[in-house]
Amino acid sequence: MELHDVWFVLIAVLWTGYFFLEGFDFGIGVLTKLLARNRAEKRVLINTIGPVWDGNEVWLLSAGGATFAAFPEWYATLFSGFYLPLLLILVCLILRGVAFEYRAKRPEEQWQRNWENAIFWTSLLPAFLWGVAFGNIVRGVKIDQDMEYVGSLWDLLNPYALLGGLVTLTLFTFHGTVFAALKTVGDIRVRARKLALGLGLVTAALALLFLLWTQIENGDGASLVALVVAVAALVAAIGANQAGREGWAFALSGLTIVAAVTMLFLTLFPNVMPSSLDDGWSLTVTNASSSPYTLKIMTWCAVIATPVVMLYQAWTYWVFRKRIGTQHIAEAAH
Amino acid sequence: MELALAPETVARWQFGITTVYHFLFVPLTISLAALTAGLQTAWVRTEKEKYLRATKFWGKLFLINIAMGVVTGIVQEFQFGMNWSDYSRFVGDVFGAPLAFEALIAFFFESTFIGLWIFGWDKLPKKIHLACIWMVSIGTLLSAYFILAANSWMQHPVGYRINEAKGRAELTDFWLVLTQNTALNQVFHSFSAAFLTGGAFMVGIAAFHLMRKKHIPVMRTSLRLGLVTMAVGGMLTAISGDTLGKVMYEQQPMKMAAAEALWDGEKPAPFSVFAYGDVDEGHNKVALEIPGLLSFLAHSDFDSYVPGINDTNKASQEKFGPGDYKPIVPVAYWGFRWMIGFGMASFSLGLLGLWLTRKKFLLPAAHRTGEDEVPHLVLLKRPLGARLTRLYWLLALWTMAFPLIANSWGWIFTEMGRQPWVVYGVMQTRDAVSPGVSQGEMITSLIVLTTIYAILAVVEVKLLAKYIKAGPPELTEADLNPPTKIGGDLRDADKPMAFSY
Repeated sequence: MELHDVWFVLIAVLWTGYFFLEGFDFGIGVLTKLLARNRAEKRVLINTIGPVWDGNEVWLLSAGGATFAAFPEWYATLFSGFYLPLLLILVCLILRGVAFEYRAKRPEEQWQRNWENAIFWTSLLPAFLWGVAFGNIVRGVKIDQDMEYVGSLWDLLNPYALLGGLVTLTLFTFHGTVFAALKTVGDIRVRARKLALGLGLVTAALALLFLLWTQIENGDGASLVALVVAVAALVAAIGANQAGREGWAFALSGLTIVAAVTMLFLTLFPNVMPSSLDDGWSLTVTNASSSPYTLKIMTWCAVIATPVVMLYQAWTYWVFRKRIGTQHIAEAAH
Repeated sequence: MELALAPETVARWQFGITTVYHFLFVPLTISLAALTAGLQTAWVRTEKEKYLRATKFWGKLFLINIAMGVVTGIVQEFQFGMNWSDYSRFVGDVFGAPLAFEALIAFFFESTFIGLWIFGWDKLPKKIHLACIWMVSIGTLLSAYFILAANSWMQHPVGYRINEAKGRAELTDFWLVLTQNTALNQVFHSFSAAFLTGGAFMVGIAAFHLMRKKHIPVMRTSLRLGLVTMAVGGMLTAISGDTLGKVMYEQQPMKMAAAEALWDGEKPAPFSVFAYGDVDEGHNKVALEIPGLLSFLAHSDFDSYVPGINDTNKASQEKFGPGDYKPIVPVAYWGFRWMIGFGMASFSLGLLGLWLTRKKFLLPAAHRTGEDEVPHLVLLKRPLGARLTRLYWLLALWTMAFPLIANSWGWIFTEMGRQPWVVYGVMQTRDAVSPGVSQGEMITSLIVLTTIYAILAVVEVKLLAKYIKAGPPELTEADLNPPTKIGGDLRDADKPMAFSY
């Protein structure tokens, strides 16, 4: 295994970490309209991710920064090629971060409502758009011999990628719902479990369709294993939720995300961004990667930093392990 | 949609706007994190309530500010790929590494521990909670360090070679990129300017309350802390500015010649106080100068030769081929002056305040004030009258944004002064832009981001004003009795959280 292969794996790890963690953050954002019945419940939901969402989002920045350093060509083609969707994601992430921090900083009804709407939409849109982006990466897009994206915006909105978007949206929402059941107490916890069943079934149907499509188009033996794990984990997550095993349900919905992302990266390898115009024009781990020296330094950094990050982030979850309900939300002093 | 603009023009405007905007929040974040951590340390050590109230007050303003710093930072991470894809392809091997280090080491640190600090008041024992804000502070410093190292490589590329076959720059010595003198001087200069900025912010707000005789114990402490920070930060900014300037005379003579509107080399070279000139003809029409001073600033002696814009341009043409290698001279010239002017005005006000509010040194005993009194402003032996006192408070309040203006012009000067290069001597800005992105797309993102940033600026400033006016919060029973166990006191299961969104 050469260093650029190691880095392919590490990039996959960073994206997986991002989707696992911010997946339920996005889900919680969607649930503020789907599950919460009143302001107090909205606040309960938001506060389940309050201490952690910012740290979760850094997985994206790390994936971006690491792609820049390890695969400059991939970074350049992807972000200049998917320009407008990426701009929309950035706008969402800007507003979303501010919304969490500023929502409770003024007492006015309208102020809080505006930021709550912002939280919903800026969670829903990226949850959908990341799926579209990854669908397109796996499927291949119009890349010319100079590694430039030459397609249009409409080329990105093809049925396969849009289905991918629906899968990430529903999967993240399901993941958020089982997270809500795990982290809350009271009526909202009961309703979260009920909602998880229906959501889980819809997610399972969409995910099965999308992953089978992927398998037929680009799959091999290894990706088939990942597909089976993803679908089995999702079904088991629904079962665990029904049995009231909230911890297991969350772990299994997380495993679904891990396996699904793994499958996408398995079908991608050794390409990082295949060209739909000519196989020879695809970006691969070889032609898109940095020099061995840079990769070596980056490997040292990642191998040391990533476990440490996981350790202190895990500690954060342990510190805030207590379930919360409406009784824990004080009327904010202004 | 294609406009009659150079392809890089829109991308440059976007980069300029998003980056200057981002950097309004960065220095405040760096300094307020450390100052809040200092105040909280004082609370933990002395258990004096004024320190805890000060921590909560400045901590709140810090959080309102860092939220904007974080979200605008996301754009910074991705716009290289979006608007500058040819730049990213060419330099990614070198430039990407410090960015990735920043994310993996500094961002995670900052963002994880800030969550622990915000929500941890009733979940963490006092000392662990204190450690969290220090972690945030270390994170902000590390983050700035890696970014400044990356920028320094654009100013003065080192530790790389050009791979002709791949058509890109490749890293050969990462340690050199992190420790070259450009990086160390830029870090020194930016950090000290950040503390001047935070000090001025603190002093301005403390002056606002002291003028109204409100929240005196907290604001008195804040005033002194802010003034000391301004004086030390300002002094170090001046010193590091001088050393960075000398480095720049060696590495980018054009930038410094433009900063002085020195068209033709002179020996000894004068420092320009005011100049108005003809850029096309390449000379000044009006010039007010101090003889010999520029030689001193560049080389520490009063009669050495300093090359001018025209000579440097000619030298570049011989080295790199035909073309114009001048930056926009008036921008460099005035940017340089506004940076120094606003920064040093703020520093002077801090020094003056430090002297006026001295506690014992050369201060007659009769004018010393207690913890709950507004300090007298004593120039020599007697306190200033009510009018002059009020004038000082107002000046402190009105000029609290001066360092922000200085910071912005500092960046505009150093980035525009490097033009036409994006990586000095290696890659020109016009070759760095994304070839596949249309001007329509770029204009869309320019308009969208600028609009959102403008709206958020209004929202943020109003929110800051609200919390500044409200003053430090009263302490609650829970504040004074922090938990002793990690995870908080679990006996009262229904106790509301100390902080919730």
